[in-house]
Parts: sequence; structure tokens; C-alpha cells
Amino acid sequence: MWTTPFDVARPDGAVARRDFLRVCTLAAAAVGLGPFAAERFAGAAERGQKPSVIWLHFQECTGCTESLLRTSHPGIGDLILDLISLDYHETLLAAAGHQAEACLRQTMAAHAGKYVCIVEGAIPTKENGIYCMIGGRTALDIVQDVASQAGAVIAMGSCASWGGVPSAGPNPTGSSPVRAVFTGKPVVNIPGCPPNPYNLLGVVLQYATYGTLPALDAEGRPLFAYGRTIHEHCPRRAHFDAGRFAERFGDEGHRLGYCLYKLGCKGPATHANCSVLHFCEVVDAWPIGLGHPCFGCTEQKVGFTMPLHQTVEIYRPTGPDTYPPIHAPQGGVSPLATGIAGAVVGGLVAGGYVASKQLSAPGADEPSSPPTTEV
Amino acid sequence: MAISRRAALKGLLVGGAAAAGVAGAPDPGGAVARPVPPADAVGLLYDATLCIGCKACVGACQEANDLPRDPTGLGPQYNAPIDLSQRAKTVIKLYDDGEVSSFFKAQCMHCVDPACTTACMLGALKKREFGVVTYEPDLCVGCRYCEIACPFNVPKFEWAKMAPKIVKCELCKQRLAVGREPACTEVCPRQAVIFGTRSDLLQEARRRIAAAPGRYVPKVFGETDGGGTQCLYLSHVPFDKVGLPTLGDRPAPELARSIQHGLYRGFVAPVALYGALAIVMMRHRKPSATADS
Amino acid sequence: MSAQAQPVGGSFFSPGVRILSGIAGLGALAIAWRLLRGLGATTALNDGYPFGLWIAFDVVTGTALACGGYAVAILVYVLNRGRYSPLVRPALLTSALGYSLAGVGVALDVGRWWLLWKVPIYFWHWNFNSVLLEVALCIIAYTVVLWIELAPAFLERWRDSQVRLQRRLAVVALPALERGSVWIIALGLLLPTMHQSSLGTLMLLADSRLHPLWRTPWLPLLFLLTCVAMGYAVVVFESAFASLAFKRRPETAMLASLAGAIVPIQGFVVVFRLADLAWRGSLGLLFSSDVRALMVWAELGLFLLPVALLAQPANRRDLGALVRAAIAMMGAGALYRFDVFLVAFSPGTHYAYFPSLTELLVTLGLLAAEVMAYIFIVRRFPILSGGPGMAPERQTAS
Repeated sequence: MWTTPFDVARPDGAVARRDFLRVCTLAAAAVGLGPFAAERFAGAAERGQKPSVIWLHFQECTGCTESLLRTSHPGIGDLILDLISLDYHETLLAAAGHQAEACLRQTMAAHAGKYVCIVEGAIPTKENGIYCMIGGRTALDIVQDVASQAGAVIAMGSCASWGGVPSAGPNPTGSSPVRAVFTGKPVVNIPGCPPNPYNLLGVVLQYATYGTLPALDAEGRPLFAYGRTIHEHCPRRAHFDAGRFAERFGDEGHRLGYCLYKLGCKGPATHANCSVLHFCEVVDAWPIGLGHPCFGCTEQKVGFTMPLHQTVEIYRPTGPDTYPPIHAPQGGVSPLATGIAGAVVGGLVAGGYVASKQLSAPGADEPSSPPTTEV
Repeated sequence: MAISRRAALKGLLVGGAAAAGVAGAPDPGGAVARPVPPADAVGLLYDATLCIGCKACVGACQEANDLPRDPTGLGPQYNAPIDLSQRAKTVIKLYDDGEVSSFFKAQCMHCVDPACTTACMLGALKKREFGVVTYEPDLCVGCRYCEIACPFNVPKFEWAKMAPKIVKCELCKQRLAVGREPACTEVCPRQAVIFGTRSDLLQEARRRIAAAPGRYVPKVFGETDGGGTQCLYLSHVPFDKVGLPTLGDRPAPELARSIQHGLYRGFVAPVALYGALAIVMMRHRKPSATADS
Repeated sequence: MSAQAQPVGGSFFSPGVRILSGIAGLGALAIAWRLLRGLGATTALNDGYPFGLWIAFDVVTGTALACGGYAVAILVYVLNRGRYSPLVRPALLTSALGYSLAGVGVALDVGRWWLLWKVPIYFWHWNFNSVLLEVALCIIAYTVVLWIELAPAFLERWRDSQVRLQRRLAVVALPALERGSVWIIALGLLLPTMHQSSLGTLMLLADSRLHPLWRTPWLPLLFLLTCVAMGYAVVVFESAFASLAFKRRPETAMLASLAGAIVPIQGFVVVFRLADLAWRGSLGLLFSSDVRALMVWAELGLFLLPVALLAQPANRRDLGALVRAAIAMMGAGALYRFDVFLVAFSPGTHYAYFPSLTELLVTLGLLAAEVMAYIFIVRRFPILSGGPGMAPERQTAS
């Protein structure tokens, strides 16, 4: 019988090599790492070279972690038990208190310069960062300490990437992204609210397998996930091109699945792979799939910045399936200008006529009655 | 298809350079002799029966020529030029009378004897390499006489700009210079518009008409129209319906030019008139000289 | 002739001039607006009608209305009618002003005005097929010639100037101008003959896009004839109004015979046009329901109106009737030129053009500036001939 991916982690905990390879293949395929990555990856994992991951939480809602918990290709169990070594994660950690802090210190010491530091949430900077403290240390202090000794630093979610919700005006705590407070190493931004967990997996698995980081765009986002706009591959694109739009929520067009652009969809301005890689393998589990406009969470100047229902400029627009006629009307006539021109011409002619009458009156010899007005 | 576009381009780049300047110079004799296409003349052949109206050429042209999007037709979310414009050097239009329909690709025709180059004061628009009518903004004062002159209504003006230029198809001269074909022919998915030397394209057009009797209006537009053009058209709909003017074989600028050259040939008439006027006035002056001053 | 001309004197800022300066001020604002915002935002010009009011009126009609200097010069110097010489200087002044402001109009109309200097300078790029190039070079040269022809009026005044430089300039330049006058005047006759006819050739390049009612190879001749007729009409008009405004004795007899000279030109133009239409087989178009046919009828009517007016001998002695005839003549020529450049030009019915407010204001402002400059110069410099019939009220006029 064909085993489904969900069968991989068995209740007894035993993972057959064949099934383990399947997990690796799924993970590699999901993040587009190429045909031989799975083999290499499995080999590395079997040799015990699983990447050590330290996951820090600051000003956030834990949504990024929650979405990570709901992946199934591979499932979270496979992920943290087989693929990576999640050594510190405040939500998932079994330990608590001093035990947890000791775990962090041990991991940092054991894997200095090699572990992956993932930051979830923004870092408050006002009043020396006292608005977020863990184990007596400010978030500022922790991120400096942990990130500076890490092999790779990843900012998970919009808060860590550019401040996100906590940094929205008036930003009372001075919330800042990782890149603003830590400049010692390149930081990979994986924005999103939450980001698709596969985008994180892709970065971590590439780092684990090849020891490299993926190519980034100008804002530090991996190009494999953020290289194109939602609009480019939107399933509703045909409606856009045909000019069919939902005008308000719940109207006929909305129910027929028309384009959501006029409701404020930020898809044309938002770089992310949501439209091609839906969340957690649930078909259509992403805003536009559920009938809500994209709100631009992966875009620094859009999500949490632009009003939710304001339309955006189109990036590189294409033409819809309508054609101009052979002779399209162009140019126009302003009624005001027409009126003024008519009045001026009429006035000049009438004035000339009246003046000529005046010239006729006195006769040619003697201008006896001088005109009252003078030009 | 008979012509391999790349082969044609390669051929013209080798042969064209040698042939350039041999022909094409209009007879200095003036009004009667009509210019002939230069030996290296290249152009386009647009076959309206093959075009599917995908408008790939419109976008590719804008991209290749650094033109901004033109939202005129359908509002700000679209790139939809309604005609050739300051932001569109080529555009696909639709003719549809209910019974028969046809797409039409508008762009510069690259006339054999262009009216725009006749109009241009300092030769900003000029037939240059490959007989392509190209534009040198440094010589353009923005008088727009070319727009008056062009029978195809092709040159457009950047009305919205403070330093406006004339915008028209230059057959992707920057791509020709490096041995590439124009962007519109490169992207066309059905080769409805192809690039080649004018003679090859003409031959191909005639072959298509002969091969499929009844498919086309049996005429290659641009073979002789308006003195001939380097961009040629095949259509199943009469050419005047898709917006091509009925020009006859006479080049558009011929009438104005023959008058101008007739009046000013060798500058004899003005000089003679000047001399005659001076002589007349000298004569009149003598007897009345005392009364004058 | 020059010895008789006198400055009119008097104060410049009369109520009329104040109104004019208001219009000119609006025009200046409109010019600033055009220069700051560009052509697209301020004019109604489009790719179908790239030539608009500024070309059709300020340049094509404006220079024809400024052909008074040319028309009178033909009369005085070529046909040797010396008695008209008092009309030369005022006619030259309107011409010089008209051409100069047409130059301003061109500079505003072209999109890349900062490159205009290249047209006369870059002779190695000159395209001798370009009618517009000939027109441009001729107009530039003629504007210079006009001011040189007019220079004695300024220099005579400066002969007695307090400023030493002006005095010396007058002493040196006046005899030189006198010696060279034949050659300058001949140039002043040749250049308008060339470019006024070429203005007609200009639109022939539009060829198939020029409506057959106007498309004739004789367009250059018709343009030349109309500019001469308009030139005479302007002289009548301007002379009559100058006498009205400055309370001087009108030269009715001279103007009457001048206006009489135009009648044959006007009549000839009408007959010639009808014959030409018939010859080209386009006469039937006159009876179509097209607006264009109506425009031709309006033109022909305006051309014939002065002929009808002046047919009555009583009207020839009536300065008012002469002025009415002159207005009709100017209107006829102006409408004809307007029609050739805007109505006859047919880029297709899908294009529409009517001048925008900015365009109208600029044109009106330039016109007002021209009248103001005329009044200013006439009051300060010896332009108008007084003669024995000078009105006694002149001193009281202000």
C-alpha cells in the first residue's frame, strides 16, 4: 500500500530510511532545492550534522511559530526531530526558567559560529529596550549576544523583518527590526504575517545542506520566495485582465470570485509566493484564496502602512483582452475656451464696426467731435 | 516560412554594410526622379491573418525602448495605449464590423520617401542605416511639422514632458546595431510580424498571396503605396478599413517638394528677383532723390 | 518722407492702454504657465492637431497681418507711387512688431525652444527639402530687415538725444543706412515674397490629409495674394484708427485709393479659387453638407464683401466704410489661412481640437502687447506723418 506523507512519523517513533528519504525529498521539493538536495540532506542528517537552531521570541504574537507548527510536508515532528536540532524555542521548549536559559548558553557554546539564529518579533529600543526582557536581559542584549555568535541570522516574520505591527505608529516602544539593531552579519528577512513556513525551511535546509544562504533581494528577502509579485501568478488574474472586479464585499462579483483589486488588494505591489505555495498544504489557504484582498504583509511600505482598502499602483502592468478601435477619439473641446474665443472674436468685430461708424460720422475733413475713449 | 529571420539579419549585416551608400541617395536632379529603397533596406512584414492580438509586441516594444506604461485606454491599472502615442511605438488595434474582423499592428512604416524627413528642418528625422527613419533629439526643436506631414499619423510628441521629444518606431535601431531583430518580431508567438530585408519580405508576401488564393486582399500594402514603404502589410480586410490611407503610388512629399524645388532650383529665381527689385528701385530713386531727403 | 514724420507725444498710460496692459499681463501669466507646465497640460494640442492657434493665428495669420510693410513697399518702391510714402513707416512698425511677436509665438509653440538657435546656425544640417526651414530662415531674416528698415525712425530721434552714445550711433548709422537702403528694401521685398508663399507650400506637405477644397498646387500663390491684400487692409485699418485715437486728420483719400487697389486682388482670389476647384473637379464639394463647405462659402463671402462695399463710390469717400471693408478683407485672409491650417487639415474625425484657455490668453496677450508697443513707439518716435493737416487738438490729447 502506498504510504502517505502523513504516515512517515510512526506512533512507535521508528523512521525507516526509505521514509526518512521521503521526508527529505518532500522538504527539498517544497522549497525548491533541486533533485540531489534530498540525498545530501539525508546524508548530512544521518551523520548527525543537523543544524542547531536557536529561536528567539520578542515583540510578537507567536503567529509565525503557530504556522510553522502546522506544516505537514514535512510535519513539525519530522522537522524538529529529524531534520533540524531545535535547541531553544520558548514556545516549544520542555524546560523552563533557569533550565531553559542554561540550554541557550550550552547550545551557543557547543555550536558557536554554526548555529542558526531565528528571531521572531521586533526589538524595542526605547529606554534602552526595557519593554521586552527575558531572564533579566533586554531583547536588545539577547539579540546582540545570540546573533553575533550565530552562523546565520534569520528574521522570521514581518515584525522581525521591518517592525511589523509593534512598530506601527506611534510606535511607543521604539520597535525595530533585527537589521536595525544588529549589523554584524547579513540578516535574511522572511517577512509575512505569518510567513509561509516553507520559506523558512528553504533557507534553513539550504544552510544545513550547503552551508550557504540563498540569493537575496535588495530588502534581504530570499529571491526564491519573494522574487515576484502575488499578482503575477494570482489565480484571479484572468478576471483582472478581463476587467471583472468585485466592487464591494459580498456583491455578485465577490461571490463569483472576481479580482479583488478594487477592494484594496495589494497583490500587484507585494512580492511573495503566496499565490503559488498556499499555507500548510490547505488548498486556497491564503487571503486571496479566501476572498480577502492581499494586504501586503511581506512588503515593508505596504502591510501595516497603507490603509487596508486603498488600491495600489500596478507594477509592470499588461494589457487586458480589449483592443482600441482603428480610430480612437482623441483631443477635446473646452466649452469655456469656446465661449471666450467666441466672445473675443464677436467683440472685436462689433467693436470694429462701432468704431468705423464713429469714423464715418464726422466726415473726412474735420474731426470735430473727438471720441470719448482713447485706445 | 521562407525566411529565417536570423539568417536574414545576418545577411543584411554583412551585405548591408558594403552596399550602404551605393544606392538610395535621391537623384540630385530633383522633382521627377523618385527615391528608391536603399540596397540594405530592412523592414517588417505584418500578416493580419496570422495575428492573434496577444499584444506581446506592444509590451516588448515598450520594454525594449524604455517607454513607460500607457494607461490611456482602460484606466490606471492597465497598460492600454489607444493609439500610437508618446508611450507606445507600436499598438495592436481591432477592426470589427460585425461580419469580418482583423487585428492591425500600427508602427512607423519607414517610407522609402518619407514625408517626415522632408519636413524636418535640421534632419533630426532622417533615413539612416538600413533605410530606417531614426531620430536625433539634438537636432529637433519640437516644431511637430513631421506630425503634420506623415500620411500614416505616426510621429508622436511627448506632450506631458518639459523636454519633449518625438516618439516613433525606429525599428529598434539599438538592437539592429548589435545584430538583433526588433523586439516586436522577436516576441511574436505566431510570426505574424517578421523582420527581414525589404526585398525578401516582398518576395515572401507575394509567395503567401500566390500560395493561398482568396485568403488575402491580393495586394502587398507598401510595395508602391505612397512611393513604397519598408514595412509591408498583408490583410484579409481591405486596407482602408484597418486605417491605412489610400495614397496611390506617388510619394506623399512629392507635390510640396516639386513646388519648392521648382521655385528655388539653384536659388536662381530669388536671386534674379532680388536683382530686379534693386534695379527697379535704383531707377525710381534717381529722379526723386532730391525730394526724398 | 522721414522729415515729415513726428512723434505723437502725450502720455502713454491712457485708460485704453491700462486695459491692454491687463490683457497683456494675463497673457504673461499664461506664458509662464505654459513654460512651467509644458504643452500637454496647458494647450489643447494633440497628436492629431499638432499645429494649433499659435501657429495658425500668431504665426501664419499674424505675419500676414504684418505684411503692411511689404504691401506698401511694393506700392512705393516697385510701382513708384511716392505719394503713399507717409504710410511706409507706420506700416513697417506694425510689420516689425507683428513679426517679432510671431517669433515669440513660435518659441512658445515649439517643444524644445532652447534649441531654436540651432536652426539659423547649423547650416551643415539644413534640410533643403524642408519648406519649414525656408520659412523659418526667411522670417528670422525678415524680422531683422524690418527693424533695420525702421531703424532711422529711432536714430532720427536719437540724433538730438542727451545720451552721447545714442547721438554718435545716430550720426554714424543714419548715412550708412541711407546708402544701403536700396539693398535692404529689396531684401525686405524678396523675403516676404518667399516665405509668405511658402507658408502655403507648408501645408501641401500634408498632401492627402489636406481637404480637397483647399488642396491645390496654387496654394503658394493664394497665400501670397492674400498676404498682400491683408497688408493693405491693415494699413487702412491702422491708419484710420491712429487718426481716431491720436485725433489726427485721417488720410481718407489716400486710404480710399489704397483700398481700391485691393478690390481686384480680392476679386481675383475668388475667381481663381472657383476656377481652380472646377479645374480639379472639386466644385461639387462646395455643395456638400460638410462644415468645410460652409467655411469655404464664408471665406468667399468675406472676400467679396469689401468688393461689394467699395463698388459704391460714396463708400470710398467714407472712412468708416473703408474701415469696414478693411476689416472684412483682414477677416477674409485670416479665415482663409486659419482654414488651411486647422479646418482643411484632416487627421481624421476622431481627433478634436479647440484652443485652450491658455492658448487664447497667450494670443490675446501678444496682441495686446503689440498694440501697446505700437502706441508707445508712435508717441515717442517719428513714425506717423503729421503734415499740414495735423489736428489742432493734438496738444490736449493725453
